[in-house]
Amino acid sequence: MFQAFFVDPFVMIYDAPLFFVEVLVSGLMAGVMYALVALGFVLIYKASGVFNFAQGAMVLFAALTFVGLWELGVNPWLALILAALVMIGVAFTIERVVLRPLVNQDPIIFFMATIGITYFLDGFGQTIWGSEVRPLDIGIPNEPFMDLAEMTGLYINKFDVFSAVVCSLLVALLAGFFTKTKIGRALRAVADDHQAALSVGIPLKTIWTIVWSVAGIVGLAAGILWGSKLGVQFTLALIAFKALPVLILGGFTSIPGAIIGGLIIGSGEKIAEVYWGEAMGGAIEDWFAYVVALIFLLFRPQGLFGEKIIERV
Amino acid sequence: MIYREAGQFKTSYKSDQALLPIAQDRFFVMALVAFAYIVIPMVANDYWLNSIFLQFFIFSLAALGLNILTGYAGQLSLGTGGFMACGAFSAFKLATSFPDMHIVFVLFLAGLITAAVGMFFGIPSLRIKGFYLAVATLAAQFFLLWLFNRVPWFTNYSSSGVISPPPIKLFGDYYITGTQATNLTQYFFTLTLVIVLALAARNIIRGHIGRSWMAMRDMDIAAEIIGISPLKAKLSAFAVSSFYCGIAGALWAFLYTGTVEPLAFEINQSFKILFMIIIGGLGSILGSFVGAAFIVVLPIFLNSAPAMLGLKLSGSLVTHIEFMVFGALIVFFLIVEPHGLARLWGIAKEKLRLWPFPY
Amino acid sequence: MERKIGETLLSVDHISLSFGGVKALTDISFSIREKEVFAIIGPNGAGKTSMLNVINGFYHPQEGEITYKGVHRKQMRSHEAAVQGIARTFQNVALFKGMSTLDNIMTGRIIRMKRNLFWQAMYLGPARKEEMENREFVEDIIDFLEIQAIRRTPVGRLPYGLQKRVELGRALAMEPELLLLDEPMAGMNIEEKQDMCRFILDVNDQYGTTIALIEHDMGVVMDISDRVVVLDYGKKLADGSPDEVRANQDVIDAYLGVPH
Repeated sequence: MFQAFFVDPFVMIYDAPLFFVEVLVSGLMAGVMYALVALGFVLIYKASGVFNFAQGAMVLFAALTFVGLWELGVNPWLALILAALVMIGVAFTIERVVLRPLVNQDPIIFFMATIGITYFLDGFGQTIWGSEVRPLDIGIPNEPFMDLAEMTGLYINKFDVFSAVVCSLLVALLAGFFTKTKIGRALRAVADDHQAALSVGIPLKTIWTIVWSVAGIVGLAAGILWGSKLGVQFTLALIAFKALPVLILGGFTSIPGAIIGGLIIGSGEKIAEVYWGEAMGGAIEDWFAYVVALIFLLFRPQGLFGEKIIERV
Repeated sequence: MIYREAGQFKTSYKSDQALLPIAQDRFFVMALVAFAYIVIPMVANDYWLNSIFLQFFIFSLAALGLNILTGYAGQLSLGTGGFMACGAFSAFKLATSFPDMHIVFVLFLAGLITAAVGMFFGIPSLRIKGFYLAVATLAAQFFLLWLFNRVPWFTNYSSSGVISPPPIKLFGDYYITGTQATNLTQYFFTLTLVIVLALAARNIIRGHIGRSWMAMRDMDIAAEIIGISPLKAKLSAFAVSSFYCGIAGALWAFLYTGTVEPLAFEINQSFKILFMIIIGGLGSILGSFVGAAFIVVLPIFLNSAPAMLGLKLSGSLVTHIEFMVFGALIVFFLIVEPHGLARLWGIAKEKLRLWPFPY
Repeated sequence: MERKIGETLLSVDHISLSFGGVKALTDISFSIREKEVFAIIGPNGAGKTSMLNVINGFYHPQEGEITYKGVHRKQMRSHEAAVQGIARTFQNVALFKGMSTLDNIMTGRIIRMKRNLFWQAMYLGPARKEEMENREFVEDIIDFLEIQAIRRTPVGRLPYGLQKRVELGRALAMEPELLLLDEPMAGMNIEEKQDMCRFILDVNDQYGTTIALIEHDMGVVMDISDRVVVLDYGKKLADGSPDEVRANQDVIDAYLGVPH
């Protein structure tokens, strides 16, 4: 027991450091993908104070729409634009039908409403597009860089690098949007207090539609990347459960938190699975991220980048 | 005119603090209990007894458990399925390790074990609140299911991971589990258990422990300052809640399905129970029952409705539509009445008190 | 009316409290004697509420010492303060919105109720007896505060003035030795203020409870308090009897402003 937990894994790492680097890199890349899903959560939480449980469902729905349109013979670029438009439509509908009637309710009510949206979107997407697994190939080969492999012996996957680049671009764009634009400031005001924001003339419904649309489009990106890895199917919606520990680790309101949290969880999870998984009975990915996040929270309840809250009475 | 409490005077605090201080309520509840004990067993067939009532009772218990934690103590939990699984597997281990143990003890002990597990997973609630906590409870859900899936000791080294609880006699020749158990025995047993446990929950909630939960829920800072220990209040809520969920899980495995497998308690089960208390009413015992009834009956209705309309739909399509309807209903209920069906009942009662006069 | 003001009940010595770089309290010392009505006054942001928070353990000061009933402490803990007999009300009413008036006041009895879960679940014998005894105590408070009619009303529905009264009731249910009132009369009309003053003085008189209050209405403060401490920008300006404080030049400057 002791041997399996505290000796063997380190011996393995020591014996094959290159393999460790590979595991680490592939973990980091997976982490970027988690971060992308977590980003959708953060956007909506930051801008409306709503914990959007439906982000996973939005990822699935966006990917289904994209693949569905493509399969119907639509040009992929057009399909991408159409899918983005559909996600804007979804955002518009959610704002109109769900959020607007609930203004000023408790956050927990919003949270539960988004669970309702999750169920609806999961069901709706599969009713329209069916529930079979659809392979998705966006033309980025899922193979290592051979030159690099020959030179150093390191196997780094091209697709992983591609998705990391896409994620970084998105993040940079969003960070700029939040900090540099007027809308970004309005968003933060809304997150703080619905009524107060309304009273200073911030158009709540426009803001909500915008931010849910952005989250929907981020979901589309995540859906396409994950979809080309796993195939577009129902399990995509479950990716949300991977993003949640990232969130509590990084803090609900922090974009850098989502990224760094994603990287920590992604690499930690991979390393734990490869080196300790066997000793613990396998498939520890299911809960490992949660346990890491929890242990972390015990020491820093506000998350990595969350602000310490001073409570007043 | 009918629902009128005028003329019912209370002369002591004891009668004022009674469970049902209004005579009409007392009468109504008694009639309901009599109906459940006498009329239903006479008219219901096996399908109704097993698939509907047994399922309804078990879900009510689980919903009651979650309502204690979320509705009364204000700690949002998404780990209900994990706690139910914990109850089911501890009951299984107990029943197979001590074959002579009476079923009531098995259930009670399984509940206690789950309570301990629940308290353990409740520890983060002392440091984190709200959504952070909700996500943390998912840890319980995923970890517990993984544990029962992966550690063969829990399934007595069964190769498939699915096991059946042994046949147990309730008393005399009446089997309560296994193939020899009749639906009627199971019905009476579960009904009694549910009534007893619901009463106990009501008693706890109206006493000082329940008040400390609600105080914690409504304003944790003020609660602490009037001397409520957050440690005690939160962990006791987790314990009692898990106790109920554990018993519900054990009943589910032993009586309802007759098998134990971790998959039965996956995350969707947790959400289902959460839906029950949202639709029924957060912080209401009646609500737990109403919500459970609603969620049990709805899929049956959805499954048979297309056939009634003469439509033929494939099984998977029906499942998807069920998802959609579930989701839409949740949103609908939250918008129309965030406090659930139980609140509508409360409003109706208030109106009835005055009827036929406007005020 | 002759009241006996006794020994020092609570004293704070050289308390300093800061949040990050912001200094909320600097080197504050004063003492509260048994059975007196003690007022803390000062302009907005002077640190009055922070001072109460320190006393009942909600904030933990970086420096200084609190002595309560002869026990020296670096800091209080909220729960401990409650058990030791310190109760308080809040500036913005902090009632339990989902519960009725009766239940809210009953929560004040929780520290005195000991029956465990098992007895509670049965609601037999000891648990029921305990419940009845405490209910009687609470009913006395309800009578005292003249809120019989709203016993069963959820507090969220009550007007502000009544909510403040219920909150006072909840604090009284704890049978406190030291009662901290944070602006008990804020936002009240003149009649409600008179009522509240009467309740405060009656509590002090009948139960011998020591009272420390924060109030902006100078008329009220000078009228009902035995001693006053004045804070400004987290520092103590003066303390003493109302007349002494009124005559203090620093206090006059702080309130009326001085040309710089």
